[in-house]
Amino acid sequence: MIVERKELSLAERLYLPAVVNGFSVTWRHFKRTVFEGRNAAKETSDGYYPEVPWKVERGYRGAPYLVRDQEGSTKCVSCQLCEFVCPPKAIRITPPGPDGPPADRDNAEKMPKEFEINMLRCIFCGLCQEVCPEEAIFLQKDYSLTGLSRAEMIYNKEKLLSLGGTHAGTQKWRHKLDEARAQEAFPIENRPAAH
Amino acid sequence: MDWSFLLFSVVKIFVVFSVVMTMVAYAVLVERKVSAFIQDRVGPNRTTPFFAKFIPVLGPLLTRWGIFQPMADALKAILKEDYTPGHVRKIYFWLAPAIAMVPALLTLAVIPFGSQLGAQKMVIADLDVGILYTFGIVSLGVYGIVLAGYAANSKYPFLGGLRSSAQMISYEISMGLSVIPIFLMVGSLNLSDVISHQSGNLFHWHIFQQPIAFFIFLIAAFAETNRLPFDLPEAETELVGGYHTEYSSMKFALFFLGEYAAMISVSAMMVTLFLGGWTLPFFGLDQPATSLGMGLLHILIFLAKLCCFLVLIIWVRWMLPRFRYDQLMDLGWRRFIPVALANIVVTAAVLLFAKS
Repeated sequence: MIVERKELSLAERLYLPAVVNGFSVTWRHFKRTVFEGRNAAKETSDGYYPEVPWKVERGYRGAPYLVRDQEGSTKCVSCQLCEFVCPPKAIRITPPGPDGPPADRDNAEKMPKEFEINMLRCIFCGLCQEVCPEEAIFLQKDYSLTGLSRAEMIYNKEKLLSLGGTHAGTQKWRHKLDEARAQEAFPIENRPAAH
Repeated sequence: MDWSFLLFSVVKIFVVFSVVMTMVAYAVLVERKVSAFIQDRVGPNRTTPFFAKFIPVLGPLLTRWGIFQPMADALKAILKEDYTPGHVRKIYFWLAPAIAMVPALLTLAVIPFGSQLGAQKMVIADLDVGILYTFGIVSLGVYGIVLAGYAANSKYPFLGGLRSSAQMISYEISMGLSVIPIFLMVGSLNLSDVISHQSGNLFHWHIFQQPIAFFIFLIAAFAETNRLPFDLPEAETELVGGYHTEYSSMKFALFFLGEYAAMISVSAMMVTLFLGGWTLPFFGLDQPATSLGMGLLHILIFLAKLCCFLVLIIWVRWMLPRFRYDQLMDLGWRRFIPVALANIVVTAAVLLFAKS
């Protein structure tokens, strides 16, 4: 695509109107903050940041944490898609392997043995959340992550799960589980006779 | 050797240096505050040294104004790790901050910052070639930046160094040309003579007699001090930090101090050349002082004018966007140099007619 570039008018080429304009804008803001005592912190919040924490709006992309389902079991099934998609390679998943512990919920094949997110590398892009087929990882509202060492900033599975809390969303395979349970409980004697 | 001359010179150097360093520190604070106000923020308002608690009403007020902030800044610059990356050219890397800093301070030597205190003229070196000396020293300032860009041995500083060398050399020409009309009128290169030439009437100030020269000098001064809208060598948004990307701690602080000291010295030059230096055309304040009080008043007048320019330079930084590189060069070479040359010719012609 070729963008038409307009010929600048004399006033624009002289640059001086832009200077005058710039001064009027900056002066307006200066006057407002200095003489009227208004500033962004006062207008949008009850005070200044460290004392009055910032109100995080919905849809904010904060730190990614793992979530549990309503029954308190890990949602992650260790498929490693997030690890694969993560642009800065901040996620590292250790799968349980063939002899690892079984998943802590029914109808999940496995769950991660270890799940680490390096919060120093994470860029809060949200691709992990987007790619997750199990809705197990979400970008949550934490925006001020601090630690005293690099090791401290690598969050392990336990920490991620405890920070993530419970996700009250859909349980994707719930109906399958219910069906399977219903199947097991279905009294065979009552089954209509085969033709 | 005249011992009293030596003694008074040392005292003057010491006082000027400490005043300038304090002004640099507080210019940084003003910059932060002004930028905050323009952007609807509050700026630094928390630094509280232990003794601020014991000052009854003033303590919290000073804290809110950020008066203690420069102390914290300085402490931080001194205490931080001074890291030298492995890939730099060590000698130049160490040399560059000093070379960037020193010229800015050296130019202050010839500025008459007041008339007289007692029998002492309030100028460190009353050179007859004052302005030539200034331009000579100012052009050394570019070496600090170019060396820093070269020594860092990585791409962004290198680009910054290249840009600054081109920019500063081109604008030095228009800067030098713009002041020639002043010296045609004054007939001397001595800065004290420039000031006495502007005494008497407000309209004797060269800003009213040579507005074009003032305008070109002002804009060239922005370019020479690497301030927005001409901060291409630094250009945080595109070159990380430009020539000082690889610097940390005290070496970075030296570049920072150098930038602000250059602002002060260039403002002092403008006050001297165009705004009548320490004079005011009322109440006989345009004659050298006869009493101590008058002498001090003259110094205060000079400092007040200087601060006006500092605020102007700081304000412009938060007002205008950065020029593109070709626009900068176009402005320097194709607009200002011809205009400055024409200004010289016209001034010379007018002076010739006025004489004959």
